[in-house]
Amino acid sequence: MPDTRRLLKERIAGTAMLVLTAVSILLTAAIGIGLYIRSEPLLARHSLGSLLTSSVWKPMKGEFGFFPFIMGTLWVTCLALFIALPLSLLSAIYLSEYAAPRIRRMVVPIVDLLSGIPPVVYGVWGVLFVVPLIQRSAGTDVTHFTSGYSVLAGAIVLAVMIFPLLISILFEVFSGVPLEMKNASLSLGATQWQTIKFVLLKKSAPGILAATALAVSRSFGETIAVLMVCGNMPLAPHAVTDACYPLPALIANNYGEMLSVPMYDSALLFAAFILFVIIFLFNLLSRIVLARIEKNLV
Amino acid sequence: MTNTPHISVQNLNLYYGTRQALKNININIPDKKVTSFIGPSGCGKTSLLKTFNRLHDSALDVRVAGKVLVDGENIYDKQVEVTHIRKKMGLLSQRPFPLPLSIYGNVAYGPKLHGVKDKPLLDALVEQRLKEVALWDEVKDRLHTPATGLSIGQQQRLCLARGLAVEPEIILGDEPTSALDPKSTHKVEELFLELKNKYTIVLVTHILRQARRVSDYIVFVYDGQIIEFGPTEELLLNPKEELTKDYIRGFFS
Amino acid sequence: MKKLEEQFFKTLMILATLLIVGSFFGIIFTILKKGLPAMNMDMITQIPQGGYYQGSKGGVLNAIAGSLFLALGASALALAASLPIVMYLNVYLKKSSVLGRITRLSFDVLFGIPSIVYGTFAFTLMIYFGNKASLLAGIITVAALVVPVMVRTMDEAFRSCPKELSDAAYSLGATRWETAKVLVLQAVSGIQTAVLLAFGRAIGDTAAVMFTAGFGDHIPSSLASPAPTLPLAIFFQLSSPSEAVQARAYASALILTFIVLVISIASRLLGKRLQKNKTRS
Repeated sequence: MPDTRRLLKERIAGTAMLVLTAVSILLTAAIGIGLYIRSEPLLARHSLGSLLTSSVWKPMKGEFGFFPFIMGTLWVTCLALFIALPLSLLSAIYLSEYAAPRIRRMVVPIVDLLSGIPPVVYGVWGVLFVVPLIQRSAGTDVTHFTSGYSVLAGAIVLAVMIFPLLISILFEVFSGVPLEMKNASLSLGATQWQTIKFVLLKKSAPGILAATALAVSRSFGETIAVLMVCGNMPLAPHAVTDACYPLPALIANNYGEMLSVPMYDSALLFAAFILFVIIFLFNLLSRIVLARIEKNLV
Repeated sequence: MTNTPHISVQNLNLYYGTRQALKNININIPDKKVTSFIGPSGCGKTSLLKTFNRLHDSALDVRVAGKVLVDGENIYDKQVEVTHIRKKMGLLSQRPFPLPLSIYGNVAYGPKLHGVKDKPLLDALVEQRLKEVALWDEVKDRLHTPATGLSIGQQQRLCLARGLAVEPEIILGDEPTSALDPKSTHKVEELFLELKNKYTIVLVTHILRQARRVSDYIVFVYDGQIIEFGPTEELLLNPKEELTKDYIRGFFS
Repeated sequence: MKKLEEQFFKTLMILATLLIVGSFFGIIFTILKKGLPAMNMDMITQIPQGGYYQGSKGGVLNAIAGSLFLALGASALALAASLPIVMYLNVYLKKSSVLGRITRLSFDVLFGIPSIVYGTFAFTLMIYFGNKASLLAGIITVAALVVPVMVRTMDEAFRSCPKELSDAAYSLGATRWETAKVLVLQAVSGIQTAVLLAFGRAIGDTAAVMFTAGFGDHIPSSLASPAPTLPLAIFFQLSSPSEAVQARAYASALILTFIVLVISIASRLLGKRLQKNKTRS
């Protein structure tokens, strides 16, 4: 009976795919739980509060303060977003509302190509171009002296990395706003810019939020490009020209080495766990907020 | 009515979420005749058609209650295997949707699924079906080019040939000419008239003239209910219900 | 006044766009300027000779090969895992299915998890099971990293398939599995985009392979041998105090950029080709 064989195939394929899907869902949980279990030895020794707020990082002496690294991550991420978000918004509005099709056809592929450049190449560019630029512009004034390897360098490199991500999502969001809606506003006598301000941006708010959320989680976790340009000093930064040491860089530079130092391994996995939790919560929150906003808008 | 019904619908109700789209439908579709569903858009005629081959199964939030008997077998019975029900029916949708395959691949798709592996046999089958829909002469030199290269009218006939290739008993047409130009429409209508000798045909249409040209029976559907059912000329010229009269008057006066 | 405001912002927009486009060319220019002088045939035909990292002769063929093996393996493995998941989500599950929603959510989360976390997690597993860094370990880790990229992209392609197409397959008596295969044909350009996107991500990723794939001076000869990769080669060479070695990092960056750009451009050209059989909705 060929028919029973077909139906059997259908059933087997279904089960196999279900298993695969389940495994992939479980992977998320497995990563979280696995990292937690491995950071437990550290958590048994120190309270969570002291780990997160202490600034003393002396692994040899068993002191693990993550505050500088958390601050490093936050500074770089926020500054990168501060640079990238306005520029990407402006550019995406231009591409979707003003630019001639000819220009759009030229710019969009370039943005795509930009997104394909590997992080390590961004890092090389940062070392060769951004870092010297910052060092030179800071001048020779002793009080403002910087090696150039700094929060700002990390943020600029990151900003360029998240441009394509932001622009491609924003462009899609803006293009998704129905033409009728824009025309309705235009026919009431609004200028194109007013239409953008009052209709386009308002209607696109959830999309803009989603794009920002993605950009944040991308910036949070970016490792190699930031590591190469941000100086890697375990001190909380006080100015954008200060060096910093974000969490991913901490892990990348030290994990797998000096495993004989007690707790060191556990501390680095705790760093990975912090990253995981923050990004997990961030994703979850932004989804919930998005669902809310969408409901209210429709 | 006449001889034994091919499809028999009994107490059928259909809900989209909480909205009831079909209300207590009872109807017998006669064997080897053309039966047309007419009615204003949104009245439920397409929903009714889709219950015949259980295409609602994959849609979200649709619930069907009641019986649809095909050859005396309730297709909504839990025991029933859905692919063999669907194989009995060929579907023509509003716009042609060729599979992303070649012309040949489209027609051969069904037979291949159902176990025909022999190449010469498949060739012969494809030729026969394409001839049946009067497409063979137009495409015989480019059988292995993408089906999307055909005109919309040709694509619709290809879809018909594709449906016929699984040797169905019933052809379901959901406004099958609505995307076609007058010439292709005429061709498809002619085909229906030829095919009804071998197949039971059920059409959904909003063109009363078309219903009149091709069908033996007409069903008037309004607001999810069957208002009237009868032989074509009788229903169109002498409707018994007020609602039917109102609807038809708009077209024939 | 209205006009002035609009002009002002329009100018800003053009400047922003120029800056973004300019940054692309800036990066390419920098890499070319620094990389080309250090570029020679040895770089792409030789593996590192003794004392390479102190400035002796050799090239990065080991890393080029390692990266290609790794990215190919990871993309293939990830495709084998993602395609069934996407088929399941789109054909077997109803649109309103809870499992579907949970799956999509968890892929969104997985998509956001940084590669360094994948890398560390994989490495702890490897320590636990007593495995050494190898090409295979790298492939598995990077595959896990790119599965969410693939699932997302392919899911979109499947979702944009017209419903009538699956209806057509069902009407011919196709099972869900057979219908899913038809949709694969329809979504083929989306699948190809997904694979190339994943390949690009895989070949460029550093943090996930840092601990898992290892590094070595030889072209990996089996799945069990350590696999040097270009991004790591760039990183290591750049950390060297010797300027000659640093220059090789620039040349290596040029090679990596070249590979990635060729892939992106090829995927754009290919994408148009594969459209021809597709049924338009």
